[in-house]
Amino acid sequence: MKEQLKSIEERAKDELSKIGDVKLLEDFRVRFLGKKGEITSILKQMGKLSPEERPVVGQLANKVRADIEEALNARKAELKSRMEEVRLKEESIDVTLPGKPMKIGRAHPLKVTLEQVEEVFLGMGFDIVEGPEVETDHYCFEALNMPKHHPARDTQDTFYINENVLLRTQTSSVQIRTMEKRKPPIRIISPGSVYRSDAVDATHSPIFHQIEGLVVDKGITMADLKGTLELLMKRLYGDDAQIRLRPHHFPYTEPSAEVDLMCFNCHGKGCSMCKQEGWVELLGSGMVHPKVLAECGIDPEVYSGFAFGIGLERITMGRYSINDMRLLYENDMRFLEQF
Amino acid sequence: MDLSMRWLADYVDCDMPIKDFVAGITMSGSKVECYGEEGDYLSNVVVGKVLSIERHPDSDHMFTTQVDIGEDEPVQIVTGAQNVNQGDYVPVAKHKSVVLHEGKPVKITKGKLRGVVSNGMLCSLGELGLTVHDFPYAIEDGIFILGEDCDRTVGTDIRKAIGFDDVKVEFEITSNRPDCLSVIGLARETAATFNTQLRVKKPEYKGVDDDVNKYLKVKIHNTDLCKRYIGAIVKNVKIEPSPRWMRERLRACGVRPINNLVDITNFVMLEYGRPMHAFDLRYVAGGEINVRNARAGESITTLDGETRQLSEEMLVIADAEKPVAVAGVMGGEYSGIMDDTTTVVFESACFDGASVRTTAKKLGMRTDASARYEKGLDPHECYEALMRACQLVEELGAGEVVKNYIDENYQSETPPSVEFSSEWINNFLGTDIPEEEMIDYLTRLEFKVENGRVYAPWFRIDIECKADIAEEIARLYGYNKIPGTIIRGVAQAQRTEKQKFEMSVQRAMTAMGVNEISTFSFISPRYFDKINLPAESKLRNTVTIMNPLGEDTSVMRTTLLPSVLEVAARNFSYRNPECYVFEMGNEYIPRDGEVLPDEPLRLGIAVYDTTCKIDFYTLKGIVEGMLKKVGAKEFEFEKADAKCAFDEFSAFHPGRTAIIKIDGNEIGILGELHPRVAENYGISARVYAAKINIPELMEVSSDVKTYKPLPKYPATTRDLSLICDEEIPVAMLERIIKKAVGGILESVTLFDVYRGEQIQCGKKSVSYSISMRSLDGTLTDEQADKAMERVLKELKGIGVELRM
Repeated sequence: MKEQLKSIEERAKDELSKIGDVKLLEDFRVRFLGKKGEITSILKQMGKLSPEERPVVGQLANKVRADIEEALNARKAELKSRMEEVRLKEESIDVTLPGKPMKIGRAHPLKVTLEQVEEVFLGMGFDIVEGPEVETDHYCFEALNMPKHHPARDTQDTFYINENVLLRTQTSSVQIRTMEKRKPPIRIISPGSVYRSDAVDATHSPIFHQIEGLVVDKGITMADLKGTLELLMKRLYGDDAQIRLRPHHFPYTEPSAEVDLMCFNCHGKGCSMCKQEGWVELLGSGMVHPKVLAECGIDPEVYSGFAFGIGLERITMGRYSINDMRLLYENDMRFLEQF
Repeated sequence: MDLSMRWLADYVDCDMPIKDFVAGITMSGSKVECYGEEGDYLSNVVVGKVLSIERHPDSDHMFTTQVDIGEDEPVQIVTGAQNVNQGDYVPVAKHKSVVLHEGKPVKITKGKLRGVVSNGMLCSLGELGLTVHDFPYAIEDGIFILGEDCDRTVGTDIRKAIGFDDVKVEFEITSNRPDCLSVIGLARETAATFNTQLRVKKPEYKGVDDDVNKYLKVKIHNTDLCKRYIGAIVKNVKIEPSPRWMRERLRACGVRPINNLVDITNFVMLEYGRPMHAFDLRYVAGGEINVRNARAGESITTLDGETRQLSEEMLVIADAEKPVAVAGVMGGEYSGIMDDTTTVVFESACFDGASVRTTAKKLGMRTDASARYEKGLDPHECYEALMRACQLVEELGAGEVVKNYIDENYQSETPPSVEFSSEWINNFLGTDIPEEEMIDYLTRLEFKVENGRVYAPWFRIDIECKADIAEEIARLYGYNKIPGTIIRGVAQAQRTEKQKFEMSVQRAMTAMGVNEISTFSFISPRYFDKINLPAESKLRNTVTIMNPLGEDTSVMRTTLLPSVLEVAARNFSYRNPECYVFEMGNEYIPRDGEVLPDEPLRLGIAVYDTTCKIDFYTLKGIVEGMLKKVGAKEFEFEKADAKCAFDEFSAFHPGRTAIIKIDGNEIGILGELHPRVAENYGISARVYAAKINIPELMEVSSDVKTYKPLPKYPATTRDLSLICDEEIPVAMLERIIKKAVGGILESVTLFDVYRGEQIQCGKKSVSYSISMRSLDGTLTDEQADKAMERVLKELKGIGVELRM
């Protein structure tokens, strides 16, 4: 019987080494270790043995069973890991193939920039105020110290609906509407579309967008205007952004200033990007003209204020290096998907 | 305004490097657009003297010359010109020089012309970039023979020799400073900016004994529109070219020299910024100058040969019979100086800015004179201008000026003044400038400070209030020395509910893969036909632009639909395989009895995709996703028909279009584009579009979201396959299921619609998965079955059966 057990063990191990598939292992287990398996059938014959031999053979049988079991498990683990290896190898892919695109929509670049500017001003306590695009001559010009026949009207070629109604040339109209309704302190920005009779080219469009700002309170100074614009530019262009104020003329502000941003490319030395000037013209600003305040029922002897107007297209084009304004309104998917 | 630096130097010290001048004057408020030297494209062109000239041995039209150009040896140059003689001084383009050819710089090198060596080229005026207006004694189609008015030292750089080396500076002068549209105005600014000496002398003339009143009568009939008119007489006029110094100053300022008298009026206009006019006395009937309004029916043929109809609000200069000039705009045909003119009337006048502006605009002619008048000039300097013109006549020997002149003067003699307070100015600017410094700045600008008031010089028509004085001080102090401060006080701001809602719509749309676009809000009226809009549609009633750029941009859109469709069409024409776009934009709807239109905000969507199959339900999915995200109340989709609130229905496929309804209100339309409309836009793919009214949607949406506890107990699901009539919309089935299941309903999901085999014709099979759940415990099968029984019973009522 001992020999039988030994031979079973040898056969089992021999067979085991030949099994190459995990699925066949179960069959093997049944044949050798199962209830009707070879070892069990040996054990069933134990009764024929002498009482002295029984424990010895029993022990041996148990050891053989345990050995086979161990070998089986080892073989199982080995086969599993080999199969896993094969599978992983087979499943290897070219990770440099393109990803499957998921659709994600983009905000228009003008909107992205606008929101950023709005965030800066919301942070400084400016409300965002809107107003009509089709506007009366009064709100667009008259109340802004530009009576009929004022030469400054020439600089804003206007689309007229009728003699008295026009497409606003600037969102300053919203400032007037706000000052008529609210009492100081006032801190607002008014973003929106404005219209000027310019033919479309790389730097002009009959419709473009402005963000105008207005602050009116007691003791507002030109230094406040400068500080506010400096902060905006640092937020938009980084902490090393530098601006300069240059005297200019707008009928609705006095003093008036154009604001230039130091050219990023040459840091003020002059290069082709800034037409050798070292500075890029960015926006118009100034202290609200006393006549404008008075027109809105605000006493210029008590209150003062500043205002500024930023061209959204200009800063958007600058930020993204867009060289042709038409791209912004063409809405080519290949353009939109870059933002 | 183009400025000659040489001319400026007559009146003020400005010998600093040009770069510093430009930077300084720009920062004090006179912005320089650009600057450069005249003729800077020329190089290596010098004065030469023709020592000998002989015929080219091999050509019957060329000559071989030996020219002294100030070098050790004369150079040999071949020329084709016929006007060169021995002893002539000529411009010589040496070997490796640059001259102009047909307006473009070209390089000249030595070479052989028919076998004869030529070491350069003799130049014409054109090759230097000049015309006979600059040198009237020269000829157009020959070599420029330098006259006595040039420096004829051989070897001298030609630009220097002929005075073609001035520096031109182009200024952008703002409309409030017409005084700076002049050399003297800019000289004043220069002196103030750089704190240097201004050298403007009062012009004077000697005159000849005679009486102006023998020749001329002047009467101003409308003293509101003309505050001053000075007339002088110049007799025995000798018309000839003006001297080189005058010609080159005019040229540098962009004015073409013509003859001495005309040049003098232009010169004075540029120098003093005062338009002048010279009339030939022969054509001033009765020697009368009447400054009056035009009479009904009057017309004038202006200098440019055009006959113009005048209207009564226009101011004219009339003689005893007829208008001879449109005041401040342009002279009449015969009023100008001619070669045989002998006696001239000089006019130096001041016309009302608004009047000149209106007249010039109405007549459609804007001249150098009108551009200055319309900004508003002060009458005082009329006098200086006239004196200067008379002085120049004498200086040039252009005629004899009659000693006295006529001065009709209605100008104000009270100088305008403004309160002066250094404290107010510092508080206003946020600066700390000492009062003496302020007074110094004002004095430099020719303002006077007396008894707490500032008096501006007459030429400063723009000074009206304290803020104006603050600006004068600030610009000389330096805007950049003003500190930057933060506004005092705290303020709190946030977006309005409306702005937040719009943002949330925009976010939802982009999250679903749709790109935001930005389009023009004016469109072509033809777009209405393009979207198939009925002829009687109210949307064809537009806000129309009187002066559009073109028909394509002539009406304000009353519907956002064409705007988004144009973008889809453009993308299709660019062969972009897919297009998912939306815009949040205004429509402009005229309102009865209101001056301004309504400007409601709309969401427009346009979608096509040639890369994968999309259909109506793709768009509907996007719209539903957006509606859910923005917190719209329970919404329904109904099949759209022509009776719906949206006239845009006509643009859609009648069988594939839905109306979005919330609380019974129609807030949007969506569907597949009508094939004919898609064709109109040249899109051969199926296009899906939508328009949704944003304010109306906001009304029925809420951003208040309350967390619902996640379920503790499992859900029970039952699938139902139903057979119903084809016409029954599934929305009706859903409504019945929801109602019948009641509170335990979690969701109803449609998972199949089937027509065909085994299903009777005219019927369809619709399959739902119905999920039920209770918050209080696990539902029993019995409860679920009961619910299904209720559903089936209700459905039976409209003839819907369970599919077996």
